[in-house]
Order: sequence, then C-alpha cells, then structure tokens
Amino acid sequence: MDAPIKEPLVTPGIDPEEAKKELLAKYPPKVGRKRSQQIYIKETDGGEDREILANVRTVPGIITMRGCTYAGCKGVILGPTRDIVNITHGPIGCGFYSWLTRRNQTDASGDVENFIPYSFSTDMQDEDIIFGGEKKLKKAIQEAYDIFKPKAIAIFSTCPVGLIGDDVHAVAREMKAKLGINIFGFSCEGYKGVSQSAGHHIANNKIFTEVVGTSDTPVRSGKYMINMLGEYNIGGDAFEIERILEKCGITLNATFSGNSTYNDFASAQMASLNAVMCHRSITYVADMMETKYGIPWVKVNFIGAHATAKSLRRIANYFGDAALIARVEEVIAEEMPAVESALAEIKPRTTGKTAMLFVGGSRAHHYQELFRELGMTTLAAGYEFAHRDDYEGRHVIPTIKVDADSRNIEELDVEPDPQMYKPRMSEGDMKAREEAGWKFREYEGLIPDMAKKTMIIDDLNQFESEKLIELYKPDIFCAGIKEKFAVQKMGVPLKQLHSYDYGGPYAGFKGAVNYYKDIDRMVNSKVWSKVKAPWHADGPELTACYVAG
Amino acid sequence: MALLRHTPAEITVDRKALTINPAKTCQPVGAMYAALGIHGCLPHSHGSQGCCAYHRSALIRHTKEPVSAATSSFTEGSSVFGGQANLLTAIQNIFSVYEPEVIAVHTTCLSETIGDDMTQIVEKARSEGKVPPGKHVIYCNTPSYVGSHVTGYSNMVVGMVKNLAESTGTKNGKVNVIPGFCEPSDMAEIKRLALELGVAANVFPDTSGVLNAPLTGKYEMYPAGGAKIADIKGSGDAIGTIALGSWGTAAAAKYLDSEHKVPCEIMGLPIGLEDTDAYIYALSKMTGKAVPASIDFERGQVVDVISDYNQYLYGKRVALAGDPDQLIGLTKLLIELDMIPAYLVSGTPGNKFERTIREIIKGTPAENVTKVKCPGDMFMLHQWIKQEPVDLLIGNTYLKYIARDEDIPHIRHGFPILDRMGHTLFPTVGYKGALRMIEKMLDALLTRRDRDASETEFELVY
Repeated sequence: MDAPIKEPLVTPGIDPEEAKKELLAKYPPKVGRKRSQQIYIKETDGGEDREILANVRTVPGIITMRGCTYAGCKGVILGPTRDIVNITHGPIGCGFYSWLTRRNQTDASGDVENFIPYSFSTDMQDEDIIFGGEKKLKKAIQEAYDIFKPKAIAIFSTCPVGLIGDDVHAVAREMKAKLGINIFGFSCEGYKGVSQSAGHHIANNKIFTEVVGTSDTPVRSGKYMINMLGEYNIGGDAFEIERILEKCGITLNATFSGNSTYNDFASAQMASLNAVMCHRSITYVADMMETKYGIPWVKVNFIGAHATAKSLRRIANYFGDAALIARVEEVIAEEMPAVESALAEIKPRTTGKTAMLFVGGSRAHHYQELFRELGMTTLAAGYEFAHRDDYEGRHVIPTIKVDADSRNIEELDVEPDPQMYKPRMSEGDMKAREEAGWKFREYEGLIPDMAKKTMIIDDLNQFESEKLIELYKPDIFCAGIKEKFAVQKMGVPLKQLHSYDYGGPYAGFKGAVNYYKDIDRMVNSKVWSKVKAPWHADGPELTACYVAG
Repeated sequence: MALLRHTPAEITVDRKALTINPAKTCQPVGAMYAALGIHGCLPHSHGSQGCCAYHRSALIRHTKEPVSAATSSFTEGSSVFGGQANLLTAIQNIFSVYEPEVIAVHTTCLSETIGDDMTQIVEKARSEGKVPPGKHVIYCNTPSYVGSHVTGYSNMVVGMVKNLAESTGTKNGKVNVIPGFCEPSDMAEIKRLALELGVAANVFPDTSGVLNAPLTGKYEMYPAGGAKIADIKGSGDAIGTIALGSWGTAAAAKYLDSEHKVPCEIMGLPIGLEDTDAYIYALSKMTGKAVPASIDFERGQVVDVISDYNQYLYGKRVALAGDPDQLIGLTKLLIELDMIPAYLVSGTPGNKFERTIREIIKGTPAENVTKVKCPGDMFMLHQWIKQEPVDLLIGNTYLKYIARDEDIPHIRHGFPILDRMGHTLFPTVGYKGALRMIEKMLDALLTRRDRDASETEFELVY
C-alpha cells in the first residue's frame, strides 16, 4: 500500500526553458544571472546531479516571500511552546506581528500553563536605544516573573538590540541566578542570515544547550518512545499524528515544537527514536541528539495517506518488534477505507489538474504527496528558505560552501554525554539495517520526486509567480498569505500552506481526507467562473437592442 | 478554562517595563498603509526583510487584498557598513522590474539605529540616474521605537507633502482633505460627502480602490484607486486643508500651512454626529458651498435612529482599545448615544489623548467613571474589566480573547481586524458610518439579550 503512486502525470505543455527565459527577461543583468541559477529545470525523471543556488541573499528591491531570523526563532520554533514566557526585547512591532499569527494549536485543557495567547514585549523607546535596554529588560523579566511565575522565560533579540550591544545572554544569566528559574536568550536579530532558516538554527541550538537533557522524568512512558521533530501543529496536524501513533501503541515523548511544553523539551533525551518531519528547520537537533545521547533519526512524512502509512511502517520497523509491526498494519488497514472512499468520490473531479507549490520548510515537497493522491501534477515547486540539501539531498551537505551569512550562525560542537549517552542500537545492528536497505539520517530532497520538465525555483518572488501563473495557468497555487490575494485576483485559487486557510488538520489519514475535500472545493468552486461579467464574457458585440428605433 | 487564565483581576505589579498584549504596533506598517493610498506607488521598507514581510502580512490579513512592498533586505554586512548600497540597488531594481510611478521609502528601527541618511541616499539615487525621468522617490523616517503605527502613518503623509507638494502662486480652487488612519471604506465615504457638497476635494492618502479592489481575473499591482501624484503635488495650491484626526494628519496639514500658505483646520475623524457635522460645516465654510438637503436627510436619519433605540443603549458600559483618533471619535459617539465609555486604552503615546477624553466626558454620567490609560495595553484593560465588567467591547480582533473569557459582546473596530469582513467595504465615518456603528451595537446588545432571556421574557419586538 505504501508503494509510490504511479499516476500518469500531466506533462506541462510549455517548454520550461522558454518559461525560464520569460521569468528572467525583465531583470537587470546582474539580478537575472543570479536568479537563473535559482531556477532549476528537471531534465530527467528521478534524481539529478546538478546544483541549484539556494540559501543566498535576497536581492534588495525584489519582492520576496521571505521573512527574517527573528520570525524563524520566536515565531516558528519557540512560538508553539505553551508554558514558556517569550519576551521580545525590542520595539513593539516584532512582538506584535508574531502574536498568535502562526496557527500553532495547543491543547492546554486542564489547569496547565498556557502563555500562547499573550504577547510580551519590552516595547523599547528611543531612550532605551540611546542608553541601552538591558535595565528595562531585567525589569521586564522581574515583572513577568512576579505576575506569571513561569517555569522558564525566553528573550528574543530584535534588530536594534544587536546594534546597540545589549547583552541578552548576560541579562538571562543574572536573572536566572536571581529568580531560580530557567531563563535564556536568543541572538536572533532579523538581519542575521538570509531568511527565517537562520532563526530556526539559533532557536534549536539554544533549546538544545539550555533545555534538552535537564530533566530525567519524561511526561509520558511507553514501550516505543519517539520524538517528533519539525512538526508545528498547524491546524491540529500534531493531534492527528498523535492519535495515529497512540492507536499503534507508539508513545510520543516530545514534539519539537507543536503543542509542546518546556518539560517535553527537557526530557526529550529519553526517547528511542527521533522522527523528523521538516528537514530544513530541525535536522541539526536530530544530529546533535544522536551524537550526545545516541538516539538515531529517520525522516518521516505524515502528509498524505500513503506517506503516513510508509512512515508508520518505518517507525515500527525501526523497533523491529513483530507485535508492533502487526499492530501498525492493523491500524493502516482500519484507517485506509475512509481515505479510499473519500478519494473515490473526489478524485474524478481533481484528476489531471495542476498545482504549484512555493512554501517554506519541507511543505513544498510533502504536499505533493496529497496532490498525487488526487491525481494532480505539480508543475513547479520551491522553498522560501531552503538550503541545497533540501533540494538535492543530504549527500551534498559536505559540498555546500559556507558563506559570511551562514558563518555568523553558531555551529555547536557536540560530544557524547558522559552520563546520558546510550546508543539505542548497536553499531553492528545499525550497519546490518543499512545493508538491508534501511536509511538512517537520510533525505533525498525535493528534486528526485518531481516530474521531468517541471521547475524547481528557490526564493520565488512576486514578479516570477505572476509570470508563472500567466504562462502555466495552474488550477491551484500553494503559497502563503502574502501571495494569496494577488494570485486570486488572477482567478486562480491559492491554498495557504502555512496557515492552511484556517482549515486542517491535513496530516495523517483524517487530515488527508480534509485536504481532498478542501482542494476539491477550491478547484471546482463556482466563484472562478463568475470572474467575468456576462457582458464581458460574451464578447464585445451587442447582439440585441431594446432601444426603440 | 479561560484562554487568558493568567490575567489576575488585582493589579499587584506596577508594570514599568513589560508590555503585555499591546494596543499598538510599530511605525513602518502605518507608513506602508499610507503609501498604498497613492496611485502607482510601491512602498519600500528600508531595513531587514522581516519587517516588510510582517507589515505586508498584517495589512494583507486585515484587508484580504494584495499588498506589494519591497525591502532593502539588510544582512549583517549592511547593518555594519550602512544600507546605502542596498537602497540604491533596490531603487534601480524596483523601477526596472515593477515600474511604479513613485517609490515611498520608510525606515525601520534597524536603518534608523545605524543612522542611514535618507535625504542623502535618495539624492544620490537621483544624481546617479537611478530614478527615471517623471518618476519619484519619496521618503520618511519611521523608527519603530518612537510612537506607533499611527505616528508612522502621519510621518508618511508628511513625506508626501514634503517630497511632492508644490505651490505655483495660483490657487487651484480645491480643498485638501487628509483622512487619519482609517479604512479604505472610510476614505471613500469622506470623499463622497465632499462630492455631495459639490466640493472639489483632493483626498490623500486614499486607499479606497486600492485595498478594496475587485476581482477581475487580472492582478493589478497598482489598482485604479489611490490619490494621484499630480493632486498631491497640487496640494500646495489648495484653498485650504481639512485634517481629520490630529494624530494622523495634523503634522502634514501644518506643513502645508507653513510651507505653502494653505490654511488648515484640524478636527476629529468624523465618527458620530458632532465630528461629521464639523467636517461638513468646514467644507461648506471653506468653499462657500451650501449644505444640500441630501446631507440634512442623511443626518436626520441618524438622529431618528438614536431616538428610536435610546433605551437599549442608554447607560451601557463599553471598554475600548485602539488608536487615539478612532477612540476620540468613538467616545464622542458613545456620549451622543448616552452610553458610558468605561475603559479606554491606547498604545500610541501622547498626554493629549487622556485630556481630550476628559473634555469629551465632562458633565456627562461618564465623568467620574471612565478610566483611561495611554500608553496602555490590553492586559491592563482586561484587569479593569475583571474588577468591574462592561456590556460591550469595541476594538481590534485581539480583543476576542477577552470577549470569550469574560463572555462580553465584541464589535470589531480598528487595526487589525483579521477575522471578519466589512471594515474595508462599509464605512464607520460620516452619517452612514454612524448608522452602521449604531446597527452593530444594537445587534450585539440585543443578540445578547435574546440569548440570555428566559422563555417567558423572550420578545418578538424590541
């Protein structure tokens, strides 16, 4: 059942080389040369050994889809953790915009701490910029502590904080000693790096050094304990994944970071396996946890019913327990009929339609699974903040040039923990597995999964997306809120794959059905046929006249 | 279980450093919004790209419309060596790729802190031929650690008149009307009222037709709406300026007065009867045009409705969070309706706000009741509500958490409104706007009364 779906894919009727020329035609020569290397045309089916330019600076003046380091650090990674008081140190804007705007659902039922609906800021004023903001930050931490008594406080640096030299780490250390709770700071000023990606890295490093491994009492216990990395619980995705895992008898020890809590991070080292969803935002945590604690990691994907089945099998196989393997098969067999029956109804209406996906993280890859299940072809795809390995696979990592923008993001030097390192699998076992075709720490990237003659575009911008739509007229375009209404003005529905247009969950089996229904509604909605008024749609000639002659 | 479960009723900590659940955001988003009110304008954010992404997202979520804006995309290098090279490159790229009539640059806390000199950089762009003939670059300074989004709006409006307004010595017979930070629908209504009087009004900024544009099958980066550059240029030759909402507009009106001898009248945003009357009267006096009967008709409808429904509104306590010009207008309307503006918080700093509110409520039942905090935040507002409840909340979408926890009806008003429609299409200014506000309040209060009524007390007619 988890065999790759072999559907006849629609081959684009347009020569991609010509399309590429169109995309580049209007740029000044220097911009055109750079963009040319970021637009990759698939020449064959399967993998290809060619480079795509990625994780490089955005050209000033080009309307980009990207955000900043602060957005990646505070918004993406720490945002979904419900019981940490996250204080933005800076002027009011950054804290305001990252306040509840990323749909991280959290289950805070019961009398547990939940700071997600709050926005905390030092609201720096010009005198703080002139005389330094450390005093105000200390006071803010004290006030937050006095009112909320949280178990941890995190501080996020915004652009001016880095420039004026406020030492948020020193403040954190001082206040940690004073208050006796964990307090840590992030140097995630917006100008660092070239996209949100730098912020993910800064956030994960600090969570790893300051929180992971600080508790040896896991919140949950079970025979098969895994962590889920890079799952942000947009629209309740993590709840569906959790439902399925629980049904299979697999215990979710910690998620990084949807529906997460401080103690989940603190005791994450107790799991037996790390399952990585979003390759971009978090694989370094998986790598570091393997080195420090001996937990292996595998790449999974719970977007798409078949991908979900495949990922469950992969996890069960890792534990190698016959009872677990059998249970997983039972669960898949129980869950699939609902998926199949939804598809039987919907697929005839979606088959042969085309999509384009330009989203951050791994979503532009993962969601192609769902479109394939619907019989739809992805004509073009790309990431907002990827690195080459997200496109070409992890084997290219050693060949990626480290430039100035990457160099200012700290790389941690991790060693096995003298007390807590405990290999989950002996080297011999692991080797035997690998020889049998098992893939630890492996991700092949987006390129091998895309069809011949399709386009892979890094850091797509507004101008190019408009051109792509004009040329290809896809039936649906997937991107974010910034792109949504411009695309829809062209008469093409846009599915937001960051916020899901307030739908979801889309993960797992039930999520797949939700997605089928939403895509069916979007590509077949009557509204798109009403765009032209009848007097425009029927052509310019008036055929009748009621005015008396 | 309450969503804001950690908010205590008692104020045990006198907060001096920590803002919780802000009732404002930063200057650049206001500048970007104002810039979108010029036809053919591409706003440009001079700083790192996250600011631009956040500001676009906020405006797009609020309007459900495309908002294009470019950024200088600073990285660490530009933060150290200055952003001049980025801005020069950006200006060149923008004019060749997006072909706007004008680029409206605003700074961010990053470019302000490193001290980039906008005047010098823009001058350099011009002298190096990066600004094509007939095209414009305008700019303003909007450090995020000063003021709020309202101040940013005001600064960009000043940027418009500073960079574009000219006086030829011959008056053009027009009246400049500068609306404060309000919705595209409000700007359209302000324009319509002037037209009703037969006044040649030069309304800027004007986001109507830009941020409530139709779906046509074609994406227009520069939709048909917006104030024309020629008109903003001509603002220096106008017979007068009417500035609606002093926080958002006074600075630009005063600039036109002192630089181009265009006399100005600064008044409130025309929310409610009194300030709409003031706007109409000012238009009439400035131009000598008589107020037509159609305006008397519109006005009379509002008075009629107020008298018809007085009993449901009288004495009702309202908590409000938002921008000063908006809150001043709403407070006046509430007083006109015999309601009590019980609590007001605004994040935009300025002592004048509290003084103005005190003047409005003087001699009314609200006089010794109303609490005002400026700058204040929604955490404060919530604490007051917990101490003594209110009947109604008016403010942006973020108030919905308080509304749910405390079970209070909530009317969405202000910026941002993320979860409802209407604000970009239907005005809350002018007489029509007053009718709409009254309708919304009655709807909220009577729906609540219907919900709470016992079967015995459940009434068909109100």
